[in-house]
Amino acid sequence: MSRLKSAKEIPIGGLIDEAGSSRKFKTGDWRSFRPLIEESKCINCMMCDVFCPEHCISVKEDGKRGEIDLDYCKGCGICANVCPVKCIKMEEEAKFIK
Amino acid sequence: MYKDGRGGKVHKMSKTTAMTGAESAAEAMRQINPDVVAAYPITPQTAIAQNFANYVANGIVDTELVRVESEHSAMSCCVGASAAGARVMTATSSAGLALMWEIVGVAAGLRLPIVMEVVNRALSAPINIHCDHSDSMGTRDLGWIQIFSENAQEVYEHTLIAVRLAEKLLIPAMVCQDGFITSHGVENVEIFDDEGVKKFVGEHKYPYGLLDIKKPVTHGPLQLQDYYFETRSQQIPVMEEAKKEFVKIGEELGKITKKKYPLFDEYEMKDAEAVIVVMNSTAGTTKTAIDAMRKEGKKVGLLKLRLFRPFPYKEVSDALKHVKKIAVLDRSVSFGANPPLYSEVKNGLYDVKYTGKLHSCVFGLGGRNIFVEDIIGVFNRLLDGKLKDHDYIGLREE
Amino acid sequence: MEKGLLEIRIHGRGGQGAKTASQFIAESALGEGKHIQSFPEYGPERAGAPMKAYARISDKAISNYAPVISPDVVMVIDPTLMVSIDVTEGMSDKGILIVNTPKSADDIRKELKNYKGKLYTVDATKISIDTVGKNLPNTPMLGAFVKLTNAIPLDAVKKSCKDKFLKKLGEEKTNATINGIDMAYEAVK
Repeated sequence: MSRLKSAKEIPIGGLIDEAGSSRKFKTGDWRSFRPLIEESKCINCMMCDVFCPEHCISVKEDGKRGEIDLDYCKGCGICANVCPVKCIKMEEEAKFIK
Repeated sequence: MYKDGRGGKVHKMSKTTAMTGAESAAEAMRQINPDVVAAYPITPQTAIAQNFANYVANGIVDTELVRVESEHSAMSCCVGASAAGARVMTATSSAGLALMWEIVGVAAGLRLPIVMEVVNRALSAPINIHCDHSDSMGTRDLGWIQIFSENAQEVYEHTLIAVRLAEKLLIPAMVCQDGFITSHGVENVEIFDDEGVKKFVGEHKYPYGLLDIKKPVTHGPLQLQDYYFETRSQQIPVMEEAKKEFVKIGEELGKITKKKYPLFDEYEMKDAEAVIVVMNSTAGTTKTAIDAMRKEGKKVGLLKLRLFRPFPYKEVSDALKHVKKIAVLDRSVSFGANPPLYSEVKNGLYDVKYTGKLHSCVFGLGGRNIFVEDIIGVFNRLLDGKLKDHDYIGLREE
Repeated sequence: MEKGLLEIRIHGRGGQGAKTASQFIAESALGEGKHIQSFPEYGPERAGAPMKAYARISDKAISNYAPVISPDVVMVIDPTLMVSIDVTEGMSDKGILIVNTPKSADDIRKELKNYKGKLYTVDATKISIDTVGKNLPNTPMLGAFVKLTNAIPLDAVKKSCKDKFLKKLGEEKTNATINGIDMAYEAVK
């Protein structure tokens, strides 16, 4: 974890003086379940991305679904829930720890 | 050239007219020409917003006047507009300030340089429309600069200073005046020429405007145990700067008005044995009392505070430490604690190891009249050692 | 009376223009280079309720913001007030009391107890009805005030009146109002 800044180092009034600073806040380590996509079943409807609270499922240039950015995925499972073809499975994160 | 908002007459340099404190506040606002004013009517403030609304309606200013549904909304609107980078003003009194309270703190916490005219009026209950300072005092710890004004002339000049001060340090500022006594009393007011005043006030260049797409910012994010303390702590040293800046900006205004704007005024203080400390219009009445008593050879004086927040502890204590007898007159109370002004004066005197006699007098709640004779009475009792440590003026105690 | 200071109290009822009268006096004096104050005693403002308005005129800056308690001049716009209110309160023997009434000063003096100052009467109500066609005695009272105090020139009061009313009332009514001031100036005794 990075060092917290002092009163003299931060902008006044609690304001955030740069755009897109939420990128620095990686929520991926909140995750206890990881979404796994069964590629053959996916119909590229993008419902998963629309509902994703972190917007962490990318869209490729050809308009098809890309990878899930695990730096930000909190493992909430909303994507698995809304998927109309049920191609997303939530797997225990513990299984991936080496 | 001077174009008067009321008569459309053209003058040079300055013009003295008969004006109320509410009118002189509106006149300052006309010259400042804020981008946004959001206000809700409440007695006795209404006269300010009403006069200013006339200027808006007649195209004399190009302010966006937002007619909101409450004072809470008024200050919320001011916060939004100020964060967007606008020069913003408002006005209120009593219950209006009380309803606004939550957002008054937000304005200070977000460091938004909003300027507010506060026409001091008692808080309910019992319901009362007349003057005391309990409304302003209720917001004294919210992080606003508070300037108190003896008369309509000071209201005008303090308002001009307040805009500069607020925008320089990014702290909101309130300019206080006594309800009805100042706000509705007509007296001589000298209004200085538009061009000079406009040049003095200058342009508001807010560095964190929401509408600046080249420099995107977020105002008001959540800060918990990790950063809230640091952010809040920033408001402390900048308040200290406000004292110096008030004097500096005052000196600049003085070049136009040929007047001085100290943190507090000292009247007949040089050899005074007994001194009254008081704010707003009663300071004027005290001067009349002093003039009469000095003719009889009584060594009495006055310390009139302009700046109450930040409170100039050191400066006030240095001015008072050699005075043998002091009475601090408060037009508000703090239930279960010392009255606000007395409390601050006493705080400061601890640091200079004051050995004289300090008294508290509460007066004028709910607009109870305070006459020259009352002040003379306080001075005489103070000189004779008959004033109680905690006394009242004009109260039927028994 | 402090040298160079004139303190005035006006008794009227809500809506009779006591506040306006005090403001006219103050503004006219300001035009003459004086320092002035004018303020009403605010309360629950109801038409017909007894009220007071004050004015101060001074050669020096005025710092006393308290209501006037020892007036040099008292004007009574509505004589019916004298039944319930002691209009002479705080007045000295050198005071000037001006009452709007058809009665003579001697008659009024009999109704007052212990007042030893100067006393004058003028039928400002009749004058206002004769001139502007309405019971607006406050402006004619100004004519009486000027004559008896010499505190401000008659022309200054008329000018203040014109500045205030011309736009609002038009030329005819403004002239009638000014005419009323002149008539009261002549009639007061």
